[in-house]
Amino acid sequence: MRVTHWITALCFLALLVSGGEIVISHPRFYWGETGNDLTSTLFKLPIPASRKLVPTGYGYVLPDQNGWSRYLHFQSAWIVVLTGLLYIISGLVTGHFRKNLFPDKSDRSWQAFSTAIASHLRFERPSEAEALSYNLLQRLAYLFVILVLFPLVIWTGLAMSPAFVSAIPAAVNVLGGQQSARTLHFFVSLALVLFLLVHVGMVWFAGFWNRMRAMITGRAASAEMERT
Amino acid sequence: MSEVSRPELSRREPALRKLSRRKLITTGIAAAAGVTGLGVAARMAQKYGLVPPDHGGIWGLGETLTYASQRMLTRHSLAREFTRDQISKPPFANELAPPSEEFKRLQAGRFADWRLSINGMVARPASFSLDQLKSYPSHSQITMLQCEEGWSYIAEWIGVPLSQILQAVEVHPRAKYVVYFSIEPDWWDSIDMADALHPQTFLAYGLNGDELPVGNGGPLRLRVPRQIGYKSVKFITHLTVTDNLKTFGKGLGSASPEGGYAWYAGI
Repeated sequence: MRVTHWITALCFLALLVSGGEIVISHPRFYWGETGNDLTSTLFKLPIPASRKLVPTGYGYVLPDQNGWSRYLHFQSAWIVVLTGLLYIISGLVTGHFRKNLFPDKSDRSWQAFSTAIASHLRFERPSEAEALSYNLLQRLAYLFVILVLFPLVIWTGLAMSPAFVSAIPAAVNVLGGQQSARTLHFFVSLALVLFLLVHVGMVWFAGFWNRMRAMITGRAASAEMERT
Repeated sequence: MSEVSRPELSRREPALRKLSRRKLITTGIAAAAGVTGLGVAARMAQKYGLVPPDHGGIWGLGETLTYASQRMLTRHSLAREFTRDQISKPPFANELAPPSEEFKRLQAGRFADWRLSINGMVARPASFSLDQLKSYPSHSQITMLQCEEGWSYIAEWIGVPLSQILQAVEVHPRAKYVVYFSIEPDWWDSIDMADALHPQTFLAYGLNGDELPVGNGGPLRLRVPRQIGYKSVKFITHLTVTDNLKTFGKGLGSASPEGGYAWYAGI
């Protein structure tokens, strides 16, 4: 379970770097089926490109590293998808989802949700029991990443594959076209980056070394043990 | 600090200790099963032609998984086709490297002397002029060309399905790949027979109802619509049918892996 987290973390970093590298070869985004240098854009990233034909307004061209970036992107994607499957299966078998991720019965109400948000915004220290488990907002955030963002980023990625959509055209058609899939892939990735930043920030805020120890070994030290 | 005041911790400790040995054994068995499974899968993949020529090296795992799974999923599937009003306006042509002297000479003669030769595992090696290729029933498809960079366009491609030409020269039943060469140096690629015999794989000589412009690969381009644009090599002059890619270039199946790009580009 914890191993899958760190494999995923490593793959995500690889996907991020290689994905960024692929984007800079054409930092223009479109909506619909097609888009190129002659068509209007949805938006452009204010960066130079790694290919000289792209009209970016910059006088220079970034180094082009698309080859290995693409190899790395797809290889990491495979590893993260297979790891994700392993995680889902073992999460269902061990009851990790039921016990640790799905909110407790008592928490499944708008009132519990608003209380959690309020206490979160007041920066209240978590109770001891809460500190050893995931709190409500954490659970919802993790579930959103696992059940919404990861499936979406995989789907939008596959929707860009001409071979994949030749077998399953609906995968791209319902997204509004191949360029729409590319744009959505970019935004879902941004959402995942945002989660990563908050996630790392929270780990930091919660006491970096203790949380790290918990994330790697599974054991959490209580605040008082820390002091002894 | 006494353990009594830490009920959660004292309850957790023994459970962790008890788990460790059992966990170790199950993890070991799972790992062994995984490695054996991978070995069997690799042998099966080899047998059914699901291993790409650039399967070696650190990217081999990802490339093999992609090629094998997409080959199983897409053996007969057709690339999406579009309506006439979805054709990209204005037409787009990517940047070209300066043409070779030989290309310029043929272009000056309006490509009347352009030849496409075919050899290798065929019963009747042959050479076709453009007019001879055009004498076959012409087909058209409105498909998308997607570049690995991220841009794309839709156009109507007119040409003769590669399968018809392969039929005319009679391909050996044990052939596995068609290697295709551009007139420009170091520009060649290959596809497996599933793509070579695919009804949308064209030797394209026309675009949007007209001659295929040089900017889009004219006078003759191999069009492989189920893969990324770089597999649709421009200015085709030669085809070789083979069952072994090892003897071409560095043995990676095309110039793309030599330049750092995947051989199979269905992505």
